Amino acid sequence: MAEITPVKDQITADVLVVGGGIAGITSAIETAEVGKQVILLEKEPSLGGRVAAMNLYFPKMCPPTCGIEINLKRIRLNPNIRVLTLADIEEITGQPGNMVVTIKLKPRYVNERCTGCGECEKVCELERENTFDHGMSKTKAIYIPHLMAYPARHIIDPEFVKDESMKKVAEACPYDAIDLDMEAKTITAKVGGIVWATGWKPYDATKIDNLGFGKYKNVLTNVMMERLASANGPTKGKIIRPSDNKEVTSVGFVQCAGSRDENHLPYCSAICCLASMKQTTYIRDQYPDAEIHMFYIDVRSPGRLEDFYTKKQEDEKVHFHRGKVAKITENADNGNLILHAENTLTGKMTTTEVEMAILAIGMVPNAVDSPPPLDTKLDEYGFVAQDNDNGIYGAGVASRPFDVSGANMDATGAALKAINSGVRR
Amino acid sequence: MDPKIGVYICNGCDIGKSVEVDKLIEAGTGQGAAVCKAHDCLCSPEGVQLIRDEIKSEALTHIVVGACSQRVFPELFTFGDEILVDRANLREQVAWCHKPNDEDTQMLAEDQIRMGVAKVKVTTAPVPYTEDTSKDIMVIGGGIAGMNSAIAAADAGHNVTIVEKENQLGGWATKFTKVFPKKAPYKDLEDSGYEELVKKINDDNSITVYLNSTIAKTSGQPGKFEVTLNVDGGSAEFVTGSIILATGWKPYDATKLTHLGFGDSPDIITNIDMEKMVADGAIKRPSDGKPVESIAFLQCAGSRDQDHLPYCSAVCCRVSLKQAKYVREQYPDAKVYIIYKDVRTPAQYEAFYANVQEDDGIFMTKGEIAKVSADNGKVLIDVEETLLGENIQIEADMVVLATGMVPTTKVEDLVIEKSEEAQVEGEEAPAKKDAPAEGEKSEAASAEQGAKIINLTYRQGTDLPTLKYGFPDSHFVCFPYETRRTAIYAAGAVRAPMDLSSAASDAYGATLKSIQAVNLVSKGMALHPRAGDTTYPDFFFQKCTQCKRCTEECPFGALDEDEKGTPLPNPFRCRRCGICMGACPERIVSFNNYSVHMVSSMIKSIEIPDEFEEKPRILAFVCENDAMPSVDMAGLKHMQYNSMVRIIPLRCLGSMNSVWVSDALSVGFDGILLIGCKKGDDYQCHFVNGSELAHIRMDNVRDKLKQLVLEEERVEIHELSISDYHKIPKIFDDFLEVMEQVGPNPYKGM
Repeated sequence: MAEITPVKDQITADVLVVGGGIAGITSAIETAEVGKQVILLEKEPSLGGRVAAMNLYFPKMCPPTCGIEINLKRIRLNPNIRVLTLADIEEITGQPGNMVVTIKLKPRYVNERCTGCGECEKVCELERENTFDHGMSKTKAIYIPHLMAYPARHIIDPEFVKDESMKKVAEACPYDAIDLDMEAKTITAKVGGIVWATGWKPYDATKIDNLGFGKYKNVLTNVMMERLASANGPTKGKIIRPSDNKEVTSVGFVQCAGSRDENHLPYCSAICCLASMKQTTYIRDQYPDAEIHMFYIDVRSPGRLEDFYTKKQEDEKVHFHRGKVAKITENADNGNLILHAENTLTGKMTTTEVEMAILAIGMVPNAVDSPPPLDTKLDEYGFVAQDNDNGIYGAGVASRPFDVSGANMDATGAALKAINSGVRR
Repeated sequence: MDPKIGVYICNGCDIGKSVEVDKLIEAGTGQGAAVCKAHDCLCSPEGVQLIRDEIKSEALTHIVVGACSQRVFPELFTFGDEILVDRANLREQVAWCHKPNDEDTQMLAEDQIRMGVAKVKVTTAPVPYTEDTSKDIMVIGGGIAGMNSAIAAADAGHNVTIVEKENQLGGWATKFTKVFPKKAPYKDLEDSGYEELVKKINDDNSITVYLNSTIAKTSGQPGKFEVTLNVDGGSAEFVTGSIILATGWKPYDATKLTHLGFGDSPDIITNIDMEKMVADGAIKRPSDGKPVESIAFLQCAGSRDQDHLPYCSAVCCRVSLKQAKYVREQYPDAKVYIIYKDVRTPAQYEAFYANVQEDDGIFMTKGEIAKVSADNGKVLIDVEETLLGENIQIEADMVVLATGMVPTTKVEDLVIEKSEEAQVEGEEAPAKKDAPAEGEKSEAASAEQGAKIINLTYRQGTDLPTLKYGFPDSHFVCFPYETRRTAIYAAGAVRAPMDLSSAASDAYGATLKSIQAVNLVSKGMALHPRAGDTTYPDFFFQKCTQCKRCTEECPFGALDEDEKGTPLPNPFRCRRCGICMGACPERIVSFNNYSVHMVSSMIKSIEIPDEFEEKPRILAFVCENDAMPSVDMAGLKHMQYNSMVRIIPLRCLGSMNSVWVSDALSVGFDGILLIGCKKGDDYQCHFVNGSELAHIRMDNVRDKLKQLVLEEERVEIHELSISDYHKIPKIFDDFLEVMEQVGPNPYKGM
């Protein structure tokens, strides 16, 4: 049973999980199913995190919504778990086994009488950029974040809440659920251990000047590609290039876009090779004749994931080129892109023209921007260090670049570390 | 006590605007509800309070909420363990996806209410099955994964038994002089630190260690596994609640690597030999004990090779980088060559790779090894397909083959024995695959014969079923610890190739799952994915014909058999999928809130119009895990689809009993759709092979149709992923078109 807004100003639990993406959801529900009390805290209006915006997972090519659905079902019916959305952590004090956390609950402007009926959206005139679609579509200023959103209630984008026209929207609600004057609230939580599962953000592709993102319309990032391929995405799953909405006949994948690069991210983001191979399937399924060029330094597909690579190598339309793309330029006549690749050993340059280029950008831990507000050992890249011992345990991509399976492995283990926090030290 | 049913219908979210709620109330009453009323917003505090009050004042035992999907606010509509609640979906599946104020929409809504009432009427509140159970945990294997598991479980308050076949704890870590970096800044080699773990274990009274021990037998079920050990010539017995398999890996057999020159010269060794040499004191050329001036590491020795191990062993690149460091430390002037396909140093390990690259005595070359030959005290390595496009030859004093990891669960050279059990003669063949495909062969074989580590006395085999390379890894991306044997989890390199640091954290995950298992089992609750479910299958044995379908088909090996072939249930092994219920031709398997009778009652409650032209009727059995939410999403998107279809959710399509097909046809349904998860190698069924079994049972269904002299086309089976909601209208429309061609069910109206 998930209590959305706590009644009391202080709540207690065995474990606090910060971050409601797949790792945080996993940590929280696994803790709850042990029989421990857990609070799951998410800064956005709904759970799901990055994976909710993905089309399919490698290597099974199965939809993330399948796992989210079953996890939400577990959360909805488990009395040991409390979900707080729109929640920011302001302060953490104490030591392992006994920690106090100050939590700010931002206003949703919609209360728990909301049924998700959508009458408000019908009269709302204001639109906002849809962050879920990486800005490739719009929603109304009052909206439900996505199909799998939990809680399945509306929210008003705070930027628009004071707009005069929102009063009409509030009046349109049949259930008296809109409260334009809702204010933030601060509560505290007493917990034993904390799982830090704040995940990642895509590396800012505009920082990689030479690859033309933001300059050339047909240069996209891998996270945008996920939305383009999703049936609930901005193009209803149709992969078309932005400059002219044209179907594509050739696509280039630029691996290590910013990763393994001292000027950007020195580490390897661990998943981009497999993510790009997965995305070649999206394109091949829609355009059986499309030619795909993937430029890489090393193909990294550990363990059984090697099978996935082996399968892709058998596809005669997918061409693997060893070499780093040094520069992308645009053919101004047709909006095509020219990939200038450098063979990393010979130094020889090659050029390849494609209709669309996907940058396999890496993962930046969110702790870079918002580290835990308690002295916490992070490595030089911003990942929670394995030997951090202040009662905060990194989970998922907050602790290292992972795929979903690895993140959930890590998150399950982190749950036990948090449960055991303060024991026999 | 007779059920007293209350039906509450919500007017909100377009429901009241789309259908005549008064008639829904009549439908509910007509089906036998004691109380039936409407409310403007049932999910409001007032709406919930109304139900709560009337449960008291009217002494209601069962509630049907006719409102939104069961996926929405289920926590609001829970009224204690005694009160059974079901949701009749009038929002996502009626008001939002069908024409408002239309006769067909109205009929659909009424049927939703009738089915809801019919369903709860024959269900009773579950009473958990409990026995005295143990919360102790057994860890098999005392390496890094096993030791971390034991410590984690002990810290959480559990008694732990470690079973280790060697004469000491520590596993591979005892053999490694250094390990590659696991801490920031990830540049320098570290100690594995295994001694600290050993000390912690030895100091902990709640951890018992059996060395020189193997498992002779494990019988029973979660919460009460009875384990017999062979200990140093003697034996030991104990009871444990759950099991962690942490038996690790063995190196790939280098004698198979003759193409890499292994065996041709003593100077061609494996990375394991190298580790031993370093541990023994110094790196020397094996043939003559001379110092090493040049050495070549050949990566992927047997890994990423279809003739050997098709998978990547994940650690060998880093191992060679580490061993290159060993060499360079001992011989500052030596040349080290590393010949690789791809350098795989994921995540922060890239920093270690970068550090090694700074050493100008280490040369790294991409290429394929064409030939390795011993020549006059040197080893020559021919390398092709280098990036320069040239073929090169490297001369080295010695060669190290970077051999990969094989799980200890891998059974070598399996001989698949033919099942001795005779095929059951009769009109319904058991739903068993004829010839397993190549990949499945080892899974089945390993499950049935096993590497004989756990030595379970299960009817379905001695050990954890494995995936195709012998790893008992989870098949699920989202649930990395799922196995097909309840409360038995794999951790560390036995689960998937991984390094010591990953094995240590993997151990914590597997341990958490094993703690969950003993806690849930102690309360009579199911484990994932139906965690907390307190129902369990009840067998009416008087009617059992010993056909063994249930014992063979249970994906979790929950059922054993007595000598006659009668199933012996083990409720704590059960995952409550209902596949046994679907398998049983005598219909003797039932749950309190899920039974053959329940679904039959729902089918029979649906009103079938006599006319076909305008009002054909289709029944869809839909998997509740993925396909049903998908149907809901079509509603959330306000997609319009055909209102001739009636939907019954199932726990798993594998729980579909073919008698329901007869039931549906005999009440006059024109066609039947079965919609479940993807099957095959990349199956998405939460219960492993439920949807596969449903496909196989289609044969039985076709036989049923033949018996009834009906067309085969009347039953169709579909795979639907949860994100495929946009395909639903077409699946329904296409099937209705088929029905139009086939014509009405002749049994209609009889």
